[in-house]
Amino acid sequence: MRVLGISGSLRRGSHNRMLLRAAAELLPPGVELELWDGLKAVPPYDEDDDIEPSPAGVADLRDAIADADGLLIATPEYNHSLPGQLKNALDWASRPVGASVLRNKPAVVVGASTGAFGAVWSQAEVRKVLAAAGARVVDAELAVGHADQRFDPDGRLTDAGMREELREAIAVLVQEAQTRLSAAA
Amino acid sequence: MSTAVETTQTLPAGQWSVDSVHSHVGFAVEYMGGTFRGTFSPIEATLGVAQDGSATLVGRVPVEGVRVQDENLAAHLQTPEFFDAERAPEISFTSSRIQRSGQEVTIEGELAIKGNTLPVRATGTVGDPAPDPYGGERFALNVRATIDRTRFGLNWNNPLPSGESALANDVELTAELYLVRA
Repeated sequence: MRVLGISGSLRRGSHNRMLLRAAAELLPPGVELELWDGLKAVPPYDEDDDIEPSPAGVADLRDAIADADGLLIATPEYNHSLPGQLKNALDWASRPVGASVLRNKPAVVVGASTGAFGAVWSQAEVRKVLAAAGARVVDAELAVGHADQRFDPDGRLTDAGMREELREAIAVLVQEAQTRLSAAA
Repeated sequence: MSTAVETTQTLPAGQWSVDSVHSHVGFAVEYMGGTFRGTFSPIEATLGVAQDGSATLVGRVPVEGVRVQDENLAAHLQTPEFFDAERAPEISFTSSRIQRSGQEVTIEGELAIKGNTLPVRATGTVGDPAPDPYGGERFALNVRATIDRTRFGLNWNNPLPSGESALANDVELTAELYLVRA
């Protein structure tokens, strides 16, 4: 089973990318996590450009989601909401309506921020957007607040409780994806 | 002088199937101060009425046949947030008890939506069988029922600026069926 990890933050030292790397060490057997790094190459959504062939960055995004059995999205919070580049990518992925790669795709949302609340508002927005696009958003969350203090020099999540929450979030996602795979078999 | 009028207590005996072209199954739900409506098609339904009057109505509609005015909303209704067409592609009803008194009818049964099967009670009217121009015989059965959509797992909502919810939980289902002798 393949899970696609998408960080909503682009910067090199992103805490959310670190969170995805931490997730890679908490996977159940038989599950692999691919960290997708194409977010910056997705152009601004323009319906005039939403034609075949898709812009390269968009084709990469759609293919990556289509090939995954589940999505793990880690988002920061910008101005109490999700980053524009993540919303933009989800908008591209949500098209064509009724037949998009997000349709019925199991997804879990987690988040990290340097503030106290761990991007909870942004996470709620991402869940709303995913659900509107038809994804199968699982009921799990992880809010990593004070993210600048939560990772050791090797990028590992230091808080044992948060590690367990992340492990559980992934487990719920994997269970949802397995249910879907079994039904399709 | 008094006149005794016999009140019909049963549906017309025989096997009946729905005329899906002229029948209607729809929903109406309060939304942002108005009433939002949609329909389901194609309709499949059969009614069996034994000589003793005992009757069973069975019907189903595909979730992908939800018809509303906007393609984006139609697509949204297919998703896990609403009907979850991937896992529950059909809405079905099986009656457990049908009672008639004159033109009035009450139908009790089990309604299955999104994998949740719950009892419902529909009331309405029934017409008398009459020949149609195609050599068949038909009658009308019109019933409605109100269900709480959240009990079937359809929980979507959106808060209004007032803080109230945009979409009501109670949904009125309407079935206006032409039943043709099979």
